[in-house]
Amino acid sequence: MLLKTKYDLDNAREQYGKLVDKQARKVLVCAGTGCVAGGSLNIYQKLIETISAKGLECVVALADEPHDDDIHEGAIGVKRSGCHGFCEMGPLVRIEPEGWLYTKVKLDDVDEIVDKTICNGECVERLCYKKNGEIYRQQSEIPFYKMQQRIVLEHCGHIDATSIKEYLAIGGYRAFEKALLNMSPEDILNEMTESNLRGRGGGGFPLGRKWTSVAKQKSPTKYIVCNGDEGDPGAFMDRSIMEGDPHRLLEGMMIAGIATGAKEGYIYVRAEYPLAVSRLKGAIAQAEQFGLLGDNILGTDYSFRIHINRGAGAFVCGEGSALTASIEGKRGMPRVKPPRTVEHGLFNEPTVLNNVETLANVPVIINNGAKWFRSIGPENSPGTKAFALTGNISNTGLIEVPMGTSLRKVIFDIGGGMRGDGKFKAVQIGGPSGGCLVTPNLDIQLDFDSLKKVGAMIGSGGLVVMDDKSCMVEVARFFMNFTQNESCGKCVPCREGTKRMLEILERIVNGNGQEGDIELLLELADTISSTALCGLGKTAAFPVVSTIKNFREEYEAHIRDKKCPSGNCKKLVTYQIDPEICKGCSKCSRVCPVGAISGEIKKPFKIDTSKCIKCGACISNCHFKAVKEV
Amino acid sequence: MNKEFMIIDNIPVAINGEKNLLELIRKAGIELPTFCYYSELSVYGACRMCMVENKWGGMEAACSTPPRNGMEIYTNTPRLRKYRKMILELLLSNHCGECTTCDKNGKCKLQELAARFDIHRVRFDNPKSKPCIDDSSVSITRDANKCILCGDCVRVCNEVQNVGAIDFAFRGSKMKVACSFDKPIGDSNCVGCGQCAAVCPTGAIIIKNDSHRLWKELNQEDTIAVAQVAPAVRVAVAKEFGYNGENVMGKIVAALRRIGFNYIFDTSTAADLTVMEESKEFADRLANGGKLPLFTSCCPAWIKYAENEYPEILPNISTCRSPMQMFASVINEKFKGEGKKILSVAVMPCTAKKGEAARDEFKDENGKPLVDFVITTQELIMMIKEAGIVFNEIEPEAVDMPFGTMTGAGVIFGVTGGVTEAVIRRVSTDKSLASLRNLAFEGVRGFEGIKELEVPLGDKAIKVCVVNGLRNVEVIMNRMKAGEHFDLIEVMACPNGCIGGAGQPKATIDEKKERSVNLYNADKLCTLKRSEENPLMDKLYEGILKGREHELLHVSYVK
Repeated sequence: MLLKTKYDLDNAREQYGKLVDKQARKVLVCAGTGCVAGGSLNIYQKLIETISAKGLECVVALADEPHDDDIHEGAIGVKRSGCHGFCEMGPLVRIEPEGWLYTKVKLDDVDEIVDKTICNGECVERLCYKKNGEIYRQQSEIPFYKMQQRIVLEHCGHIDATSIKEYLAIGGYRAFEKALLNMSPEDILNEMTESNLRGRGGGGFPLGRKWTSVAKQKSPTKYIVCNGDEGDPGAFMDRSIMEGDPHRLLEGMMIAGIATGAKEGYIYVRAEYPLAVSRLKGAIAQAEQFGLLGDNILGTDYSFRIHINRGAGAFVCGEGSALTASIEGKRGMPRVKPPRTVEHGLFNEPTVLNNVETLANVPVIINNGAKWFRSIGPENSPGTKAFALTGNISNTGLIEVPMGTSLRKVIFDIGGGMRGDGKFKAVQIGGPSGGCLVTPNLDIQLDFDSLKKVGAMIGSGGLVVMDDKSCMVEVARFFMNFTQNESCGKCVPCREGTKRMLEILERIVNGNGQEGDIELLLELADTISSTALCGLGKTAAFPVVSTIKNFREEYEAHIRDKKCPSGNCKKLVTYQIDPEICKGCSKCSRVCPVGAISGEIKKPFKIDTSKCIKCGACISNCHFKAVKEV
Repeated sequence: MNKEFMIIDNIPVAINGEKNLLELIRKAGIELPTFCYYSELSVYGACRMCMVENKWGGMEAACSTPPRNGMEIYTNTPRLRKYRKMILELLLSNHCGECTTCDKNGKCKLQELAARFDIHRVRFDNPKSKPCIDDSSVSITRDANKCILCGDCVRVCNEVQNVGAIDFAFRGSKMKVACSFDKPIGDSNCVGCGQCAAVCPTGAIIIKNDSHRLWKELNQEDTIAVAQVAPAVRVAVAKEFGYNGENVMGKIVAALRRIGFNYIFDTSTAADLTVMEESKEFADRLANGGKLPLFTSCCPAWIKYAENEYPEILPNISTCRSPMQMFASVINEKFKGEGKKILSVAVMPCTAKKGEAARDEFKDENGKPLVDFVITTQELIMMIKEAGIVFNEIEPEAVDMPFGTMTGAGVIFGVTGGVTEAVIRRVSTDKSLASLRNLAFEGVRGFEGIKELEVPLGDKAIKVCVVNGLRNVEVIMNRMKAGEHFDLIEVMACPNGCIGGAGQPKATIDEKKERSVNLYNADKLCTLKRSEENPLMDKLYEGILKGREHELLHVSYVK
């Protein structure tokens, strides 16, 4: 369907809206990466088959040219939705209009879902989320969702992520239409500046200012580049948006094009996100087919095209100038600035470079206005922020809360507190570029400025929660290992400095730490942070500095006493059999894969520590708890 | 007019259009340390040695920050000293530190800065303590374990020379400078110009040192050792011995004789021969509708570059051998009947000449190269020092007979535009002094990458172009593809011509200008200005060359 005018667009929205409304019940199977890995696509397929076998009308896709009688009253819609965020409980199936959420759904559950829910409108309670004996039928009642405010992720999990028609049915591309037909570029720039939307990629730079700078450039060629190279370990906010609501991202880019005068956009997605790539490709093809991308959009003289560029997996390509270099086919290496990207960006032309989440905020601001947006969150960081919760937390997954929400609320209320019986120890915020926050920081507000004050950063929004069994030196080593691997190698402090920091951290966790290592780490950190060329280098040492600041005694225990207080560093642990407890049953010596345990039956056994590989088989097999880590 | 000022180390300094803080700071008399900054190359900003601190404690890289009115910066604070020391320590901890046996000993930037910043300990283990040599090229030697990844070589190879033989490969601490597919440099499209070695701050890329092998061949009973010295060499040696750059050809001759050469000649003589032959060829092509433009053929790096990138224009390249190879033929003919082994050595400003000497086209019927050794100016200086010759005190001597005469036309071959000027002097019908002067001032001289001029020749005008720096070749080729016509194009691979050759001691642009002035002065002092005025020419054409000009003086690179 080619939409040539505003009328066509309105008409399409109405038609598709009607068809969606006709569906008596909708079954939304989560098709985010996590649930797909859990087999959700098989569930989707079986649902279609089972429903059809019951003789019910099963709607999978809306027709290209919609007609009123395409769908009959009482039809059942079965759709692949974007990520719901509650990945811990996947695969997830949502039932509408009731709003029920089925968790950990298996292929075998499909028959029961169809029989009870689809045919009879009954809830399958055993699939509902349970906590503290309470059963939550409604998705919105689940504590994980109840305290969230989903704006950017509002459609994720609620619409078919693969269909422009469903996006139109819920009023999609209304912001684009408004920006194109009812607003001047200046109006858009003013609205965005007024909204004070700040870049969600980590820097927090005001989007309005960036767009205005590009709009001012005289060059006839300009570009909109979307940074979807989300590389932080444990972060998947952008992926969820690209997979779950791709049209919203396109809409944001198209509005950016109108505001700045750009006619071409690039989305740089990491190749490790194949689903995001295919959803975006599909979305672009659909938008082109509908005439929302291409030449003379909706009968105006405005033209815009979007291309996809897959990143080859370099974290540093998330840095603006490295990203544009990578799109140009060059080595992904940051360059010195000035000139800035807004002046000389992609192909040396003025370029708007925003991350996925930032651009996904744009349509809703155009629709609801800057004033509405500023009513959410604190004055200087309005809006919401998506966070990826990972680590030793009960509810791992993707959440969205107003900026300024306290860390405590995020971890204990939404995240459900620590997993198992662990105690909260720290949370790494901002991934490998961020720092750790500890118990005294729990009431800190999550926004750009509050975090900066305590030496942390929001980064792209990864929250890795750690309990008391986590070794903070090991955490620092993990992140340093990551950054060191991902350093592009250009500037000396980052290339050589991170390597040396990693070397030192490795020797500390291996029990070879030396007196003076902490000071040397801090000296290196200071040099790297102050002199590195790009953001990756400047922030590479943050995890080390913040763990030293908060857990210096753990470093000292490793270095001086050769002990890991949390018992995490295997090299610093020895296994011993308590002769008082050991009954001499020989089980441990039989399960030991390297023959490190020997002894006589009914007498205490012994571990030869020179042979022991610390695999833990003896501990888990001893019925008397006689084997101990010391 | 309102002048813009900024404050550097509490001293106000006027801003006069400097591109970056670094230029301004250096103009203010502060030698800010850098590894990766060259004003002729793009700003890379990787070494981070030139960081400066602003009044709020912020750090900025001077090489990539434009000066702003009212800016206040400090170049030498406790923090900056700490960071610079740490950067140096990090570099040294990953660098083969065998300084005493390194060819760059005493000329290495890393060594210099380590001494300047008083680095007396390295707290990290060094995984690269032993050299890692790639000597697959006849022109340069690489040692990956001495590389500090400043990227100067990569940029000069790509930006200035447009060769692109090397680039960065791999990531992070595994990053290195490599050829495509990590092949040895000798198997790459390297043209041997050596400009990478000329900018390398450490011993990671050095010119191939053949002096050790040469020493072994010298002073043998059964050998006639013959040296020829290229024009550009004579103006680049003096500085190394502590006095101002001037023409020290006489002293070089004296030194070579002491080193053990039996005969020493001036390549300028052969340059005259080149002029004779090339002019003849040019006139012939003009008169008989031959392929034009005629490209000069003196520069072996240019020949290699043309073979790699523009094989279709090889028929346009003059069939004249380079002066070095012409002279080698003549020397071979002259001495081959004497019953001794000929040791033919060329002292050149050039690393690519080593490659030229090794080409199959320039081997005799037994497969022996006509030039046995090419040693660069740098190697000559090493040999003079090694021999214990006090250069400042030796008396100049004259080159040997029978090839002892040369003209100013042959001498100016050493600078960009020189070949063209010499050829025009030869072909021009107007032999007056005024026409000589006109020519000199009408665009053939100067360091611009591309110079163009129209020269009246008989009743028409010929279009001449002088190119230096291989990047500029592409510009001219594209213009030709677009339909533009030239009659004669001189190409010298190295920026500024042979005086800027990679075999010469490292020089600033001002020092290179001085070298060119000294060459033109040498021309002025020559009574004979035109190659055809060289009395030796007639003797050669009537003697050794008679009937064999083509065999001895020409070559075809067309495959």
